[in-house]
Amino acid sequence: MALSALEIEKNPKFQELVATRKKLGWSLTVLTLIIYFGFILYIAFDPKLLGTPLGAGVMTVGMPVGLVVIIATFLIVGVYVMKANATYDTLTAQIVEESK
Amino acid sequence: MSRIKSLLSAGAVGLAVSAFSSPVFADALAGQTVKQEVNVTAIAMFVAFVLLTLGITYWAAKRTRTAAQFYSAGGGITGFQNGLAIAGDYMSAASFLGISGLVYLSGYDGLIYSVGFLVGWPIVTFLIAEPLRNLGKFTFADVASFRFSQTPIRVLAACGTLVTVAFYLIAQMVGAGQLIKLLFGLDYAIAVVVVGVLMIVYVTFGGMVATTWVQIIKACLLLAGATFMAYMVMAQFHFSPEALFAKAVEVHPKHLAIMSPGTLVTNPVSAVSLGLALMFGTAGLPHILMRFFTVADAKAARKSVFYATGFIGYFYILTFIIGFGAIAFVSTNPEYLTDAAKGLTAIKGGSNMAAIHLAGAVGGNVFLGFISAVAFATILAVVSGLTLSGASAISHDLYATVFKNGNANEQDEIRVSKIATVVLGIVAIILGIAFEKQNVAFMVGLAFAIAASCNFPVLLMSLMWRGMTTRGAVIGGFLGLISALIGVVLSAGVWESVIGYPKGSAPFPYSNPALFSMTIAFVGIWIFSLLDSSARGKVDQEGFDAQYVRAQTGIGAQGASAH
Repeated sequence: MALSALEIEKNPKFQELVATRKKLGWSLTVLTLIIYFGFILYIAFDPKLLGTPLGAGVMTVGMPVGLVVIIATFLIVGVYVMKANATYDTLTAQIVEESK
Repeated sequence: MSRIKSLLSAGAVGLAVSAFSSPVFADALAGQTVKQEVNVTAIAMFVAFVLLTLGITYWAAKRTRTAAQFYSAGGGITGFQNGLAIAGDYMSAASFLGISGLVYLSGYDGLIYSVGFLVGWPIVTFLIAEPLRNLGKFTFADVASFRFSQTPIRVLAACGTLVTVAFYLIAQMVGAGQLIKLLFGLDYAIAVVVVGVLMIVYVTFGGMVATTWVQIIKACLLLAGATFMAYMVMAQFHFSPEALFAKAVEVHPKHLAIMSPGTLVTNPVSAVSLGLALMFGTAGLPHILMRFFTVADAKAARKSVFYATGFIGYFYILTFIIGFGAIAFVSTNPEYLTDAAKGLTAIKGGSNMAAIHLAGAVGGNVFLGFISAVAFATILAVVSGLTLSGASAISHDLYATVFKNGNANEQDEIRVSKIATVVLGIVAIILGIAFEKQNVAFMVGLAFAIAASCNFPVLLMSLMWRGMTTRGAVIGGFLGLISALIGVVLSAGVWESVIGYPKGSAPFPYSNPALFSMTIAFVGIWIFSLLDSSARGKVDQEGFDAQYVRAQTGIGAQGASAH
């Protein structure tokens, strides 16, 4: 006899899965928003800042900053996938097993 | 400088919102392109690509019998393959030629676009991808309507899908015709018909399997071609970015200004509004969301976005190098300029040709042909994905669920989606030809704004908020859709550039409505759900638990084997 949704929701493992997912998902979402809107608003409010030369050549601060935003975006997704792979799937498998 | 300004104002909304409307499409969509001499190498390579993909379509057609195979490739695509396909959907000819063209013209501003396009992906990964895969079957409406009254939500989702797809498709078709005229020396109308017919063939015969593989092959070709180009550019400068930038600064008429943000982002409200449309529009594009149903489970969905983000981020870094490479090698070579005295801005065919000319400059004629063929293939693959998602909305959401109350025969449903594909293809060809001389740069901006203001809020709230009801979703969703539409029409990009009212008369002062229309949608959903005390509303809220458990665990989800 399969368990109903309400019964599955009472499973501590389900609550753990939901709590982990919420914490990880939303904190990384907020981090992404801060990075991106930080970047855009810096440009909007002070376009000169990213144009500051870096060293003696033509290189400006904005170049590495832009590159870092792109790489950070990828890494944030990577962190999520790694953590999710490590916890979500085992927990999910256990919940599915216990709900049969 | 004045050229950039005129480019930017040519389609302010579209330009501000999307790389599809950056120089390539501003040029192409304004109908100013000149037909080139026929490029035989490019056509031969393109024919080779078409033969290969038609072979795949034939192979896929034999495997496409059920609705699941037609809509979602039977859930048999791996995370890595799907990552490539998603990246392919995103790496359109416009983002390849458009962003490199924007970098060519104004340097750093091109990077700001790239970043905006990339940052939507984490949001898709964290909030949407896994529950979407667990709850849905073929379309995102499956998810948005999960616990609600089917008919109204499906109609809303189908409207959101079709409007988004239609605007996106018209912009792609018009851009395609102009680009192909430039690249291959074909007539505009012939180019549009070729794209339309091939797209109909891929989608009707091969369904999602063929559409996905066409996209994967094209993504690989494009990544390989762009990598080679960036490598050749960097090799000339002994792999020193400083040396490349120094050369670009020396020869570019704006000199050091190309190394810092220019005029693209100035007003904070516009900047935030644009950022929201880019970020959350990505999470509401039906042809992207549809891709999550082609993988086996939530884990594969999660992985596929990781790969996609990697490929897209890498690709945008390449386009940046290509843009700067074009400044160094194309703008200094009279062979690529209409008037050597005018320099950089007098590039043959407009700034959208920067990457194409660079291909010739660093790789010779054969490589030039290769890159031109890849650009054509790119357009073809993107319009196929768009058409399939539009056809799915018609057959799966409207025909099977609304008209047949969920009792449609599977073979009938497939037949309807194939008919819908043919009709959409023909409509796209007709509109593509009709809009040849029109400025349609605003259309992609509109597509993103509507995706962010209708599709995304309804989807997110249905997943996250127990209190949402059918009535709240429908009213809030339509309010978002309508306010996005009105905001775009009243902004400078349409009001001044398309309708032709005098400069500065646009009633809506910002380039993108997303900040306002998204707020209206979310608040609308919230208020009208709270006010809803109907019996249906109670059923909607009680359905949350079942939906929640399935979204989190996948219990009862459509597995790969269930197809």
